[in-house]
Amino acid sequence: MKIGVLALQGAVAEHIKSLQQAGADEVVPVKWPADLEGLDGLVLPGGESTTIGKLMNKYELMEPVREMAERGVPMFGTCAGLILLANRIEGQDWAHLGVFDVLVNRNSFGRQVDSFETDLEVKDMEGDEKYTAVFIRAPHIIEVGDQVEVLSTFNDRVVTARQGHIIGASFHPELTDDVRLHKYFLKMVDEAKQVRV
Amino acid sequence: MIETGTTRVKRGMAEMQKGGVIMDVINAEQAKIAEEAGAVAVMALERVPADIRSAGGVARMADPTIIEDVMAAVSIPVMAKARIGHFVEARVLEALGVDYLDESEVLTPADDKYHINKREFTVPFVCGCRDLGEALRRIAEGASMLRTKGEPGTGNIVEAVKHMRTVQAQIRKITSMSEDEVLAEAKNIGAPVDLLLQVRLAGKLPVVNFAAGGVATPADAALMMHLGADGVFVGSGIFKSENPEKFARAIVQATTHYNDFKLIGELSKNLGPAMKGIELSNIAPADRMSERGW
Repeated sequence: MKIGVLALQGAVAEHIKSLQQAGADEVVPVKWPADLEGLDGLVLPGGESTTIGKLMNKYELMEPVREMAERGVPMFGTCAGLILLANRIEGQDWAHLGVFDVLVNRNSFGRQVDSFETDLEVKDMEGDEKYTAVFIRAPHIIEVGDQVEVLSTFNDRVVTARQGHIIGASFHPELTDDVRLHKYFLKMVDEAKQVRV
Repeated sequence: MIETGTTRVKRGMAEMQKGGVIMDVINAEQAKIAEEAGAVAVMALERVPADIRSAGGVARMADPTIIEDVMAAVSIPVMAKARIGHFVEARVLEALGVDYLDESEVLTPADDKYHINKREFTVPFVCGCRDLGEALRRIAEGASMLRTKGEPGTGNIVEAVKHMRTVQAQIRKITSMSEDEVLAEAKNIGAPVDLLLQVRLAGKLPVVNFAAGGVATPADAALMMHLGADGVFVGSGIFKSENPEKFARAIVQATTHYNDFKLIGELSKNLGPAMKGIELSNIAPADRMSERGW
């Protein structure tokens, strides 16, 4: 199983470490279209969505990643990654990849002084322990499409959701040692691989 | 229950900036150019370091109007500078809603002995460092992000290189030391023992460390990434060049693809003149900003 982490900017090393801890066989950074070859799954990390989106366009990654998602290759976006996946972004008439049927609101919890951590219940995670969720200038999901399952909410706001092979979280699981969401994603990758075989 | 201003939230914010370029801007128009070029954040200032240097006199926190204008103009994070030790300037900037504070030697220090107690703040701080002792003293005071001091406003990379190399060499030295040697080294370099032991164990700083102070070209940015910087601050380098848009875009891309020398060559073509720059030996010791900080 080979997983890529989009490595244009942001918390790349943290995701690579979390994926390795979660049991991924091979994790590679993705900077160029050629790096996408043979990937069974792709993680879109936290960072600045504006910056990462621009660099994806500049280096012709937007189209091939969108095609991969449409082909059914699992993708996991955290914070900025969630914004990149979403097909609707509040206040603008365009999206980045647009492969995840949700409407997101950027910086929806306020500026950095309002950034926070909290204990969060996430559906379908191993064990009963709550997730220590770190929200940094985080987005949230305002609306979900019919095919989207909500996995967690915080103060009535959707902060984790899944649509088949796509999963997005408002917070940063890569900043803690809790790798259950990464394990959950690897399971999605396994399942998708079996379907394709 | 929610907790704001935790170590994880403050350091995590800096983690999200990794691999990116933070640009100095003095108005909303420049901030938009920076955002459009792919900056991960902007530093809102009244004057860029090169102009602070040539103006002389006392440099202070920027007029809040400038900072508010910049915050209203862009959706990327906005940083601002407070004078060393001036915790009231820092509180004012925090109250304005600035995303990150730089307790900066670029401004004239307000305190000749003490830095701001940054632990007490909800907003995270970045501070400059020339060596590992200074880096760890700042972290002990609550800094959540570091940068080299370099020599701001010179367009000359030599000091930033020296500071980055010094920190990296000291980290390598610490990792090979026995515990009793580390205890003595803590005294020699003026670093808190517990933090030094943490560095020995991890083989790296506990926070993100950016390059700053003299980055003027795409190749300068890539050089700093090779030396171990997590990202780059560009102060005067962009808006003191003749084609800021092009310079900004080129520096962003050179930082992302610092290993691709062919690409950096392409990015460096026809950029027009970079900022003029100053040779270090022409700056009197009293005018060196990197000497500020204790």
